[in-house]
Amino acid sequence: MPSRLVIVGAGMASGRALEDILARAPGAYDITLFGAEPRGAYSRVLLSQVLAGEKTGDQIVIHDAAWYAAHGVTCRFGEPVVAIDRVRKMVVTEKGETPYDRLLLATGSRPLEGPSGAGRLGGVTTFRDLDDVAAMVAAARPGARAAVIGGGPLGLEAAAGLRQRGMDVTVLHLAPRLMNRHVDDAAGALLGRALEARGIRIRCGARTREIFGDGAVKGVRLEDGAVVPADLVCIALGVRPEAALAGESGLPVGRGLRVDDDMRTADPSILGVGECVEHRGRCYGLVAPAYEMARAAAATLAGERAPFPGALPATRLKIAGLALFSAGDISPGPGREEIAFRDLGRGVYKRLVIEDGRLVGVVLFGDTADANWFYGLMRDGDDISQIRDTLTFGPAFAEPRRGVSLVRASTPADRAARPRPAPERAAPGPAA
Amino acid sequence: MPAAIRTTCPYCGVGCGVLASPDGAGGARIAGDPDHPANLGRLCSKGSALGDTLGLEGRLLAPRVDCRAARGASGGGSGGREASWDEALDLVAGRFSDAVAAHGPDSVAVYASGQLLTEDYYVANKLMKGFIGSANIDTNSRLCMASSVAAHRRAFGADIAPGVYEDLEAADLVVLVGSNLAWCHPVLHQRLMAAKAVRPGLRIVNIDPRGTATGETADLVLRLAPDSDAWLFAGLLAAIDEAGAVDAGYVGAHVSGCAEALARARAATPARVAAETGLAEAEIRAFWALWIGTGKVVTLWSQGANQSGAGTDKVNAIINCHLATGRIGRPGMGPLSVTGQPNAMGGREVGGLANMLAAHLDLEDPAHRDAVRAFWAAPRLAERPGLKAVDLFRAAADGRIRALWIISTNPAVSMPEADAVRAAIRACPFVVVSDVTTETDTAKLADVLLPAAAWGEKSGAVTNSERRISRQRPFLPPPGQARPDWRIICDVAARMGFAEAFAFDGPAAIFREHAALSAVAAGLGRGFDLSGLAAIDDAAYRAMAPVQWPVPASGPSGGRFFAEGGFFTPDRRARMVPVDPPARADGPPPDSGAAPARLRLNTGRVRDHWHTMTRTARSPRLSRHLAEPFLELHPEDAAIAGIGPADLVEAKSPLGAAILRALVTDRAPKGVAFAPMHWTGEWASRGRANVLVPARTDPVSGQPALKAGEISVARFAAGWHGYAVAAAELRPETAYWARARIEGGWQAELADRQPPEDWERFARALLGAPGAEAVTLFDPARGLARIALVAEGRLAGVLFAEAGPVALARSHVAAALALGAFGVEVLAGRPGNDRPDPGPIVCACFDIGLYTIRNAIAEQALATTDQIGAALRAGTNCGSCRPELSAILRGGDGELGRRRVA
Repeated sequence: MPSRLVIVGAGMASGRALEDILARAPGAYDITLFGAEPRGAYSRVLLSQVLAGEKTGDQIVIHDAAWYAAHGVTCRFGEPVVAIDRVRKMVVTEKGETPYDRLLLATGSRPLEGPSGAGRLGGVTTFRDLDDVAAMVAAARPGARAAVIGGGPLGLEAAAGLRQRGMDVTVLHLAPRLMNRHVDDAAGALLGRALEARGIRIRCGARTREIFGDGAVKGVRLEDGAVVPADLVCIALGVRPEAALAGESGLPVGRGLRVDDDMRTADPSILGVGECVEHRGRCYGLVAPAYEMARAAAATLAGERAPFPGALPATRLKIAGLALFSAGDISPGPGREEIAFRDLGRGVYKRLVIEDGRLVGVVLFGDTADANWFYGLMRDGDDISQIRDTLTFGPAFAEPRRGVSLVRASTPADRAARPRPAPERAAPGPAA
Repeated sequence: MPAAIRTTCPYCGVGCGVLASPDGAGGARIAGDPDHPANLGRLCSKGSALGDTLGLEGRLLAPRVDCRAARGASGGGSGGREASWDEALDLVAGRFSDAVAAHGPDSVAVYASGQLLTEDYYVANKLMKGFIGSANIDTNSRLCMASSVAAHRRAFGADIAPGVYEDLEAADLVVLVGSNLAWCHPVLHQRLMAAKAVRPGLRIVNIDPRGTATGETADLVLRLAPDSDAWLFAGLLAAIDEAGAVDAGYVGAHVSGCAEALARARAATPARVAAETGLAEAEIRAFWALWIGTGKVVTLWSQGANQSGAGTDKVNAIINCHLATGRIGRPGMGPLSVTGQPNAMGGREVGGLANMLAAHLDLEDPAHRDAVRAFWAAPRLAERPGLKAVDLFRAAADGRIRALWIISTNPAVSMPEADAVRAAIRACPFVVVSDVTTETDTAKLADVLLPAAAWGEKSGAVTNSERRISRQRPFLPPPGQARPDWRIICDVAARMGFAEAFAFDGPAAIFREHAALSAVAAGLGRGFDLSGLAAIDDAAYRAMAPVQWPVPASGPSGGRFFAEGGFFTPDRRARMVPVDPPARADGPPPDSGAAPARLRLNTGRVRDHWHTMTRTARSPRLSRHLAEPFLELHPEDAAIAGIGPADLVEAKSPLGAAILRALVTDRAPKGVAFAPMHWTGEWASRGRANVLVPARTDPVSGQPALKAGEISVARFAAGWHGYAVAAAELRPETAYWARARIEGGWQAELADRQPPEDWERFARALLGAPGAEAVTLFDPARGLARIALVAEGRLAGVLFAEAGPVALARSHVAAALALGAFGVEVLAGRPGNDRPDPGPIVCACFDIGLYTIRNAIAEQALATTDQIGAALRAGTNCGSCRPELSAILRGGDGELGRRRVA
């Protein structure tokens, strides 16, 4: 008799966890999947492409009905779970109670709200799910005006998508530079310039006082009194872990639902994954760590172990033709050293932050081809001292060569200079 | 395609025949002349690259006058204004005549060059000694040959090199003394190697304090203490006697002074020689036994013997051994001096030194003077020797020389105490420089610059180290208003009132007069005899094939001297000269321990540059091997001074200072540093090695001891080091720089005490290319800055800077200049993982690097230099890198100079 596994939330983390559980412990669980949205798992990462018209909603579906059926997953979509009865091991929805032996919470996150009351106006939306995208697409007429509040990755992706649909777009950003949590001044400036080149207006240091309108939104008024007229306002101020359900059930919650490396909550029957959890004091709004958590949770549910050690934060901006990647800690500080590469003619900027001979942060703009390699160096804590001079140029220049030094004969300097990387000997030239 | 022109290489004294095929666009294809007896088709790296050096960049195309006034006090640039030949020649003749009238004939001087052709040399010597009436004509041969000349005259009664090149091939033992033959006379070295390949029993001994490429190919290497050679050969003479190897018959018939020389030589006991040379007694005895036991022995020497405070004695100590054993003038045996310049020998033949008259006749001999006076119809023949090079510039410094004419040489770089020489030239009231370029350190000091025809444009004769006279023939027209030196000199002579004696219509006429004068000399019993050429007509002169002197009016020409005696002393006997070798204390003692370390400074040449680089530095190919002035330091000396590999070194003497790249290697003996003498102010900020060297001279020859400097060394406290390449000419202004040509542009090594405040601005000022886009890489913690400038999608220049010496794949970076499209990866400074790094260039002809060679050796199991050649082509053109290939085959890293005994 299989145990009963209930999963709350049908996003990307839960979808991956489901796949992993089915792979690790086939037939071990009788699975019921609840989702607040009236649909199964789709790639939230690709929403910006749907908004931009590069993909349709169908094209970003991860699991369709046939898949769930084939894997014997009972789907309860459009049915939000409103409470958990941990004593009786029941989840509660408006339609009733469902018992569980193990419960996996993957409730994700919710967008931060804009100014109060804004939500009552027509044409004001967040950018979180397919419904938001549908609302924006509906409002997006060529020549109509859109204001995007928030110049983080989400806001910029929304702005780019709306612009691509022909709208006249203004980004209103509170901080002095775009993506201020992810990039430095130089990359922020390049990013702003690249977006402006696409016809997107950027207003940094713009504090929103109110979103006004008359039934339908008419614009945004800023603290300095300036008015940005808008037929559509997208609020993209970021997200917050959605852990209310867990908290109300008495599970320990900080910024998110607290879990250990095996994704267990304080209640051994209950696990959490994805954007709703807090792991080692940190919350993640990114898909890569969510997938790693899914793997850890699946192992735990299968009676195995694949602990999640935490992940380096990394952000990749998903705007076609505009490559930006940021990972790790890029803030300056004592003991921090940095390598900066600028090719402004081609719009390329790279900044590598180094501490104790290890890469701890990276910002790449214009050329992100080596992003995963840099990320791996950071994640693995590799000592990069031997390849430091060519680090910027990626793995193609990072292989220490056996028996080959970098020096050559044209000068004695060449012949005797200490070569990098890792020489076998300080090469004397040919015969002198 | 017109037929190739047969001419002769303008570099060293081997005198190789060259075939030049003009391309019709100012250039020419260059090949070795297979019919020339000196080289039989071979050329070295420098000769092979002659085609790279024909461009007109930097060329002096018209006379310039008032240069000094235009330069002002600050110096710099040739300045002045263009003038007509008439104006310039009138000015020169007038100023020389005025000086002679006001201050006497000895108030003027000519400083000429072993690169002049015999005809140029002849008229210069004739003008000074016969018509101005002063023997103040000396030449850069004083720096190169004078001790051999003096020793030849002491031993043989005339400046005659008795042997021929074929002796090297016929010998069973070749002893190389103070000669890096493999780099400095590569074609002779190749002939020797070829002979050894055929006849492996041919033994080669290399005697040199320094580990060299030549030593790499020797059976026995004796790395003796500097200037202790005379001890080794004095001891050899005593050992010859002890072994009963004196040829009593020869000595009895043809030699004087044997007993005295032997008596003196007995002081050179094995123990004493070991103490003086620093060699093991067993090594010394082994060498002596080999020499004594081998009848066919050639002892060849070069600047290591000549450029010494006791150079004449060294050479006589060598010649004594050959005279005592009668091993002279016969096939495969004899002493052989090899000269550094293409026509040092021609200069000696015309008497172009301050202590010679003409045609091997002596200034001091009244009968000789009378003969020459009569032959020239000379109004005012010099009666006493003039000022030798060192004294000549001292006289200029203290105002005794009122007018100085420097022809085709660069004493501001090549003379010892070069800073003092520069000051002396400045101090002289009127300085004329004839040269092909405005860009020499010396040309920048002149009042008048006269544009001379260059190699490839001028016509005349040169004589090589085996007395072989060859034609240099023109294959390009002189550019602009350039004229041959003989004509410039004759035109000045005419304007000084000597038109009749200088009314030559071409070099053939001068050569005929020179040959006719040699007939006069031969009549006085001299050995230099070209009487058989005194009637040569213009057409025969044009077509003249290489010919070895003597060329008597009748009978066979050429061949060896002295097998049957016949010396040119009054009693026709050779002189063995008693030699007192200098005690070791004569040299500066190496100071152990105290920093900055005090070291002896040896100077010399590198493989791919020649003299002061006015020609070789134009060739990217020749700049690949060593593109920077350097200082070889023994590892212990470097450690004492706190100098690391590739650091910059400030080398100082009381006379001057230089900044050189440290090359820490045990090729340098402990206590003895080595610097190349090539670099000038044109190619490096502080690279002139000769500013460090005192003008101490050999008391007999007057030749400066250029290999006996004394320096202190300290690490140059560089705040940053850099390397730059650019398409535009680089003219850095940093405290240290050394620049070189590369394919498609320039490169420079850089260093300064403080980094610039704004690297990008600095790079733009350095690299040129206004308006170019910058691509930058900064790593401030390491002091690293890399800046590429990109114009129209192509790399205009790139600068690499960092706190310490810059390690880069320089050939890879330099090659990026020639690439069509710019790629940011150039800032990585090395090829990617997927592309092989050829490594330091070993074979300059085919651009083959050390790593390529090593890989091929490993992968294809190559065992010989020929196999390397077959696999990679390395070493198959000029062959100059073959000793290095041998070293790589053996040691893998090309390190030289470790082996001592076969």
